[in-house]
Amino acid sequence: MPPFLFWIFSGLMLLFATMVVLLRQPVSSALSLVVSFLALAALYVSLDAFFIGVIQIMVYAGAVMVLFLFIIMLLDLKAEARRKFQLPATFSAIGVVVIFGFMINKVVSGFEMGKSSFPAILHGPKNDVWHVGDTLFSYFNLPFQVIGVLILVATVGVVVLSKRELK
Amino acid sequence: MVTLNNYLLVSGMLFTIGLAGVMLRRNILIIFMSLELMLNAANLSLVAFSRFHTVEGLPNYNAQVLVFFIITVAAAEVAVGLAIIVALYRQRQTTHVEDLNSMKF
Repeated sequence: MPPFLFWIFSGLMLLFATMVVLLRQPVSSALSLVVSFLALAALYVSLDAFFIGVIQIMVYAGAVMVLFLFIIMLLDLKAEARRKFQLPATFSAIGVVVIFGFMINKVVSGFEMGKSSFPAILHGPKNDVWHVGDTLFSYFNLPFQVIGVLILVATVGVVVLSKRELK
Repeated sequence: MVTLNNYLLVSGMLFTIGLAGVMLRRNILIIFMSLELMLNAANLSLVAFSRFHTVEGLPNYNAQVLVFFIITVAAAEVAVGLAIIVALYRQRQTTHVEDLNSMKF
C-alpha cells in the first residue's frame, strides 16, 4: 500500500475517534465510531492482515455497532445531549492526554528497531486466512474452545440480565 | 516510508483519545465506546508488531490469532455490558454516571 494511504486512513481514524469523544449526540458518536473502525480495517489491510481487516468490518463495524445503535435508540437519550463538560474533569483529561502522548512519543522515538520499513514477506500459494486458521487450530486449539464456552456463558448471562425483573 | 514507529504512534494516539473519552464524558454509553477505542488501539499495535516481526518470511501469525481472540471477547463484553446498561436504565431511567452515586462513600 502506498504511504499516503497510510496517512489518509490514520488521519481519518484519529479524526473520527476525536469526534466520538467530542460530539454531544450519542447517535453521532456511534456513527463516527463506525467510520473510525472502517479506517482501522483499512490500516489492517495495509499491514497485510486481510483476515483481521475483514473480521474488524464484520464484527466491529457491523455487529457491535448495530448493537450500540440499537441500544441508543431503545433508550432514547435525547435529553442528555445538552449537559456541559465539567471543568476539573476537562483539565485532568487534557493533562493526562498530554502526559500520556508525550510519554508515547518519547518511548517510540527511542525504539531503534521500529525505524525500519516493512520487511519483505513471501507470497506463497497459501493465503492469509489459511495461515491464521492453521495457527489457530494447531497452536491455540484449547483457547479457541474456551472462547466458545465464554460466548455461551455471555449469551446465558445476557438472557438472564434482560429478564423483566432482576432478583 | 511508513515504519513500525508510525503505526505505534497512531495506535498510542488512538489509545489516548479513548482514555480522554473515558475521563471526559459522563454518558455511560460514550464511555463504553471509548473503551472500545482503547481495545482497538491495542489490536492495531499487535497487528503492526505481527507484520514487522517476520518468522521465516511470513508475518507472525500468533499476534493475529491473539487479535482474533480479543475481538471475540470484546464482542461478548459489549453484549453483556449493554445488557447491564439496559437493566440499569430500567431501574434508574438514566445513563448519566453522576446520577449513579448510591455506592459512593
